[in-house]
Amino acid sequence: MSHRELDDMLGKGWRKPHFIKRTWLRWLLLFGFAAYMVAAVMTIEVDWGRVYEGLDRGWQFVLSFTRPDFISRWSDIWSGLLESIVMTVAASVVGILISIPIGLGAARNIAPLPVYVICRGIVAISRALQEIIVAILLVAIFGFGPLAGFLTLSFATIGFLSKLLAEDIEAMDRVQAEAIRASGARWMQWINYGVQPQVMPRLVGLSMYRIDINFRESAILGLVGAGGIGATLNTAFDRYEYDTAAAILILIIGIVMALEYLSGIIRARVQ
Amino acid sequence: MPVLEREGTQVWRRRTTGESMVRWFGWLIGVAVFVVCWQQISQSTTWFFVWDAPRIAGDIWTRATPPRWEYISKLGRPIWDTLNIATLGTLIALCMAVPVAFLAARNTTPSALFIRPVALLIIVSTRSINSLIWALLLIAIIGPGVFAGVVAIAIRSIGFCAKLLYEAIEEIDHTQVEAITATGASRWQVMAYGIVPQILPAFAGIAVFRWDINIRESTVLGLVGAGGIGLQLSSSLNVLAWPQVSLILLVILAAVVISEWVSAKVRGAII
Repeated sequence: MSHRELDDMLGKGWRKPHFIKRTWLRWLLLFGFAAYMVAAVMTIEVDWGRVYEGLDRGWQFVLSFTRPDFISRWSDIWSGLLESIVMTVAASVVGILISIPIGLGAARNIAPLPVYVICRGIVAISRALQEIIVAILLVAIFGFGPLAGFLTLSFATIGFLSKLLAEDIEAMDRVQAEAIRASGARWMQWINYGVQPQVMPRLVGLSMYRIDINFRESAILGLVGAGGIGATLNTAFDRYEYDTAAAILILIIGIVMALEYLSGIIRARVQ
Repeated sequence: MPVLEREGTQVWRRRTTGESMVRWFGWLIGVAVFVVCWQQISQSTTWFFVWDAPRIAGDIWTRATPPRWEYISKLGRPIWDTLNIATLGTLIALCMAVPVAFLAARNTTPSALFIRPVALLIIVSTRSINSLIWALLLIAIIGPGVFAGVVAIAIRSIGFCAKLLYEAIEEIDHTQVEAITATGASRWQVMAYGIVPQILPAFAGIAVFRWDINIRESTVLGLVGAGGIGLQLSSSLNVLAWPQVSLILLVILAAVVISEWVSAKVRGAII
């Protein structure tokens, strides 16, 4: 800030600088936003009578969390939950194993250009397609059951993990990798001793995070027939058995919390 | 340094014998778990359908191509609804996430013993349940429609936004807060001039990031009846109108790519 500007400011009260500095842009954004809001709210039809009637049922649901019913549908809950866990474990293992080579291929500083383009293409496709849409297509192709869910989760894991792994490899320290290469290492040894130790902590952390996501996703795949707890949950909602639904939701939340805690411990150990 | 004695010379190794034994056992257990899981999946799979899958996939492909382009005239309103679900849901979520985040951050919470755990519980429970499940629940409570979708997206996003935001609040520079406090500012003034300017860029980034995710999620909310383009997808799937399905999938793909592009641009401009 120059002397003149400082002199001009003397004797005037200080005002907070705006977040967006250009005045016309700020007003344009503000007006555009207001116009959009009006249009959006106008086009949403809300049947307030129906909402008011539903509040009672909503309150029932909230209350059912205080008395979840684990017992009367326990065999359904247990088989659904087991299927979800099985799908999560199998899909995470396969997904992680496949995403490592694809992640290596999608890192520009390791892979030659053709490999890079192919691997990036796989990552882009996998990331752009929603899990639930993939599940619908795979159920249509492979039939109902956990195999479709397993394939869906593996496919989604590849996109997520390969992209982040590739970004991590691209950001690694070149010096270490070059030192290994200078000692006359073959390609595999170079990856194993020069690249892998640098990205391993992050890979483990991301894998744990992905297991967590896979479990949460496996809870909804049942809605389209791809196995897991989702089918049981959907039935419970359809039959207005809120106690059972609350029990399932509590189990899901509990498992997710346990997984997060576990992944926190593992990540702290690895790093 | 772990070494291996061989013909009187010492050869460098990466791990000691004990370490490699532990690792070996870890791998063994992991492989065993995976095999058990795979068997479970395999048992509940009709393998005939799987061997038949390439033919079915080819069949669906021939049915789905070419997409029925003229159907796009009916998709305008659903796309608008999808956009509204994502945007309004994100806005509502942000309004609710801000107080939760301030209550959950260690340096701003009024009581670390009582209020912080409650805030953390809100974050975990809203985050670990997928928006489709929230939508299912809300449809049972307030009836099907766009409004249920908006509320489902809003609830699902609270946890995500609040978690990222409270981590940002915990990482702020404390000297600035102290400087504002030293001028005799009240608690709210410290908040407005010491803390908010520091987290505003993070806040904007989180908002856009979550909006991008919400566009993806709101495209499939219609599958359970919560409005948006998913409703068209589900009805087309139900009548096996594959040319319409392929067109809707293309539209969803385009929406996802565009929203990701917008979000990347905006985040690039902010940070």
